[in-house]
This record gives sequence, structure tokens and C-alpha cells, in this order.
Amino acid sequence: MTAGLRKLDARALRADFPIFLQEIHGRPLAYLDSANSSQKPRQVLDAMTTFYETSYANVHRAVHVLGERATAGLEGAREKVRALLNAPDAREVIFVRNATEALNLVAYSWGGNNLGPGDAVVVTQLEHHSNFVPWQYIAKRNGAEFLMLSLDDHGDVDFSGLDEIVRDCNVKVVATNLVSNSLGTIADLGPLVRWAHELGAIFVCDAAQAAPHMRVDVQALDCDFLAISGHKMCGPSGIGALWGRGDLLRAMEPFLLGGHMINSVRYERTTWGELPHKFEAGTSPIVEAVGLGAAVDYLEAAGLDAIEAYEHELAAYALGRLGEVPGITLYGPSAERRAGVVSFNLEGIHPHDVAQILDRQGVAIRAGHHCCQPLMHKLGVAATNRASFYLYTLPEEIDQLVEGLYTVRKVFA
Amino acid sequence: MNEFEQMYREVILDHYKNPRGHGVLEHADAEADGQNPLCGDEVSIYVAFAEDGETIDEVKFSGRGCAISQAATSMLTEMVQGRTASDVATLDKDELLAEIGIPLTPVRLKCAVLGLTTLKVALHKAKGTPLPDGLAGFDELEIL
Repeated sequence: MTAGLRKLDARALRADFPIFLQEIHGRPLAYLDSANSSQKPRQVLDAMTTFYETSYANVHRAVHVLGERATAGLEGAREKVRALLNAPDAREVIFVRNATEALNLVAYSWGGNNLGPGDAVVVTQLEHHSNFVPWQYIAKRNGAEFLMLSLDDHGDVDFSGLDEIVRDCNVKVVATNLVSNSLGTIADLGPLVRWAHELGAIFVCDAAQAAPHMRVDVQALDCDFLAISGHKMCGPSGIGALWGRGDLLRAMEPFLLGGHMINSVRYERTTWGELPHKFEAGTSPIVEAVGLGAAVDYLEAAGLDAIEAYEHELAAYALGRLGEVPGITLYGPSAERRAGVVSFNLEGIHPHDVAQILDRQGVAIRAGHHCCQPLMHKLGVAATNRASFYLYTLPEEIDQLVEGLYTVRKVFA
Repeated sequence: MNEFEQMYREVILDHYKNPRGHGVLEHADAEADGQNPLCGDEVSIYVAFAEDGETIDEVKFSGRGCAISQAATSMLTEMVQGRTASDVATLDKDELLAEIGIPLTPVRLKCAVLGLTTLKVALHKAKGTPLPDGLAGFDELEIL
């Protein structure tokens, strides 16, 4: 661990989360489903309630005091997201519903107008469907190739086919995640970004699972677009952000059309507004944005480096404890290469059954394909169990999971 | 262990571990594949009719999934044996749920009826009858 690094006090942070005040089925709640969606601290809930009670109005088009406060709240949140991502300019931060919408925006507005026959979009087998299906769809619709880099037997992306791709296609888009939602793998994106840029392609980064758990810097990554979801990072649902390079965003066609995104509307012709408004048609999720801003403050106060270090500790502890359970298969890389995500299967017992019996013991995990069917196909399973951790996760929750798995085995013995 | 016995009755675990009618019919008169996209459960159903072309003579299924989906499909193969295709194509799901006999959350209900829904699709396809509302979309939906 880095010298002088702030140590995360998960027990103190956990007290900020009202959800943990209850018991589930008479047991303490072990919430190990944060990669699915995180819980919300009092600070975020209070910021949203206070905003509704004191400052709410529509933004950008009211001359009254509340309109000014609301606009300041929304734009203040934009600046917080800019700072979080180390983006050069807040106007490059587009508020959307979630990372899925952000990636659809890029696929439709950039891909829809720049892809054609002979061109290719390259993704990996580790993508969430949100960074897979939009590209597959747009590529097919435009007659372009949709190519997937497969995983090797260690679960790492196999880059050996890159030269072949370049021989056959004009690569226009490379899209992949920074952290895998299924395996927790933290990708080393540097070589792939350089490869994309050498080919003149854009690099689209799905950071939905990275931004909650580690420092994400769009300039250090040197990506062209980056997508995040608020609900996975202590913020409310219904708000996410797309960051894009200003020159690309300015050259792009809008995605959604209607109110607020225009410069002027005439019967003959409509002109688009400036960034970010061009991509924010209709009334924004104003209070959700304020909540996201409060969540960013909360994460910065806890320290993103401290969160990442703590999750590595939890992952190492979980891999060790889970490894003791007979009949378990663990997927994914070693603890130091993964965020707080552990996917596993119990021999002969479907994840749905595992998750249901765990739920009765107060343990919440995800069971399913995690919106990663291409990966499940590679693993040769229909589904996995996934336990995922966050800054409020305690080691005893992992103990409760392990104890629960022994009960699962007894029921199915 | 009482609360878990209620969730997974012995009969469910027995059908899961020793599924009846597990396998493939090479020359099936009716067949269909079903998936539960929420959890990745998969079931393929194969039906052979008796000489009258209407009575269900044999049902087999293959697939993988949770105990509820696989046990319910196993129970289903026993339930529909000897009944007519038109009877089974309109079978009330409550008949199967009564047989399963455990409380099911909405998510698990989808697991429980996967086999039945797939069987109904197979029978409607074989008979050329239109799929009722609610089964549309099950029939090998291709977007592109």
C-alpha cells in the first residue's frame, strides 16, 4: 500500500447508510450486490430532499430565484463530475440516465453517422451488454463489421488477433470496459487505446464499474468517450454521465431531439444548441444530478484511492474464505487485479437457488448472467453467483456469505 | 432447516436431482426451445404424439437451470402424459403451480413456468395454431 494513504474506515462510513438499520429475515443485512447497484448515504438523500424543499424549479429557462438555484444545482453537479473524471471542460459532461444511455448516445450519434461497409467496431468478450448490444446493432444497421476480442483460458482478453483485424477492416471504434462487472477484472487499457488511436479509431470506455471504485481520469486514459452510472456510485438511479472529447461532441449529430437542445427552430430548419445542451433534450433529471453531485463529494471525502485499496483487501479476504467452501469454482483474476467483485459457482447448484437460500439468511448477492452472456458462454455456464463489495462492506458480511453457502450445500446435499 | 424445507420441498429436490423425462426425442412431432433471459435458464422440449396425432404419447426435455425450472419441467412431463395437445396447449399454469406446491416470488414464478410455456409453444407450432398473447416473443425472436 502507498505510504501516507488514507485508510478507509468502512465501519464509520457504514453508519451513513440508513438501509443497514434493518434486519432481513431476522438477520443482519449482508448487502453484497453493490456492483448491481450501490446503497445511498444519508448525505445524498439529504441533499436531494433539501433541494426539493428549498431550491426546486426547472432549469435554464426560469428568471425567478428558484430557477436560478435549480440551475446552479444542476451545473454545480456537472462541475463535480468534471472534476471527478479530470475532464478538461464541464461542457463535455453530458447528463444521461445511466451508462447504457451514454453508450447508446455514442453508438447512435457517432457510430450511426460514421460507420459504413468495410468499417469495424471492436469490443471484447468481457463487455456488459450495454457496451456490446448497441455496437452490434449499429454496426449491422450500417453494414459495418462487429468484432469481439475473445478471452483466453485465464479470462484475459486475447490481443493476438489484432493484426488480422487491421488487415481485413478499417477499425473505427474500439469499445471496452475499465472494470468488468462480472469478474471484477481491472483492465490495462493503455495498449488498446494506443492501438485504436494509431488506426484513427475512437476509444469508448465503459467506466460504470470503475468510477465507483477507483480514480478514473479521462486524460490519463486518453479515451475519447467515457460512460458512468450514478446509481452504482452512491448516487440515485436515473442519472449518469457521458464524457466526450469536445471536438467530437461538437461535430456529432444530436441523439434525442426536442426541447432545450436547440438554438433556433423555424419551420424550414432547426439548429442545435451548444454543448452540453445539444445532448440534453427535455427537462433533465435535475434532483438526481444534485444527488450525483453529493455522491461525488462523498466519494472524494472517503478517498477513491482508499476505496480501491480497501476493496482489494476485501477481494483477497473473500477469495480466501470462499476458497474454503467445498465444491466452489471461483472465476476471475487474482485479488490485486480485481475490484471488489467475486463470481463463483457451487457444484450442482444453480445460482438462483444459491441466491434464494442466501437471501433467507440475510445475504443479498446477484445470481444470473450479469448482462454478460458472451462471457457466460466462454465460462461454459448459464449463470454465476456474484458477491460484490463497496466502501461500506464489512469482512463479517463475507463471513455471513460463507456460512450461508454451507447451508445451501446442506439443503441440496 | 424448516424454512428451507418449505422453499425446497423434498419432491422438488427429488425431481431436480432425478429428472423424469430427461433427454431428447430424435423424431419429435413437436419441439421448442425456451430461455428465461433473466437468469439464463434453458429448456428444450420434445413431444411425440400417439397414432391419433393428438394424444401426447411421450415428452422429453433437456436444458439447464435452477432447481425450480428443472424440477417443474420434470413434473410437467409426468402431468401431461396421455393428455391431448389441445388440452395441454391451454393448460392453466395454476395446475402446475399446485403440483409444485411452494410459494414462489415473481422472479421464481418465471422459472417455474418456463417448461410449460415452452411446451405450449411447441404444441402451437406443431398444430399451426396462433400463439396466444403472452407467448409471443418466445418464438425465436430475431431482431435483425
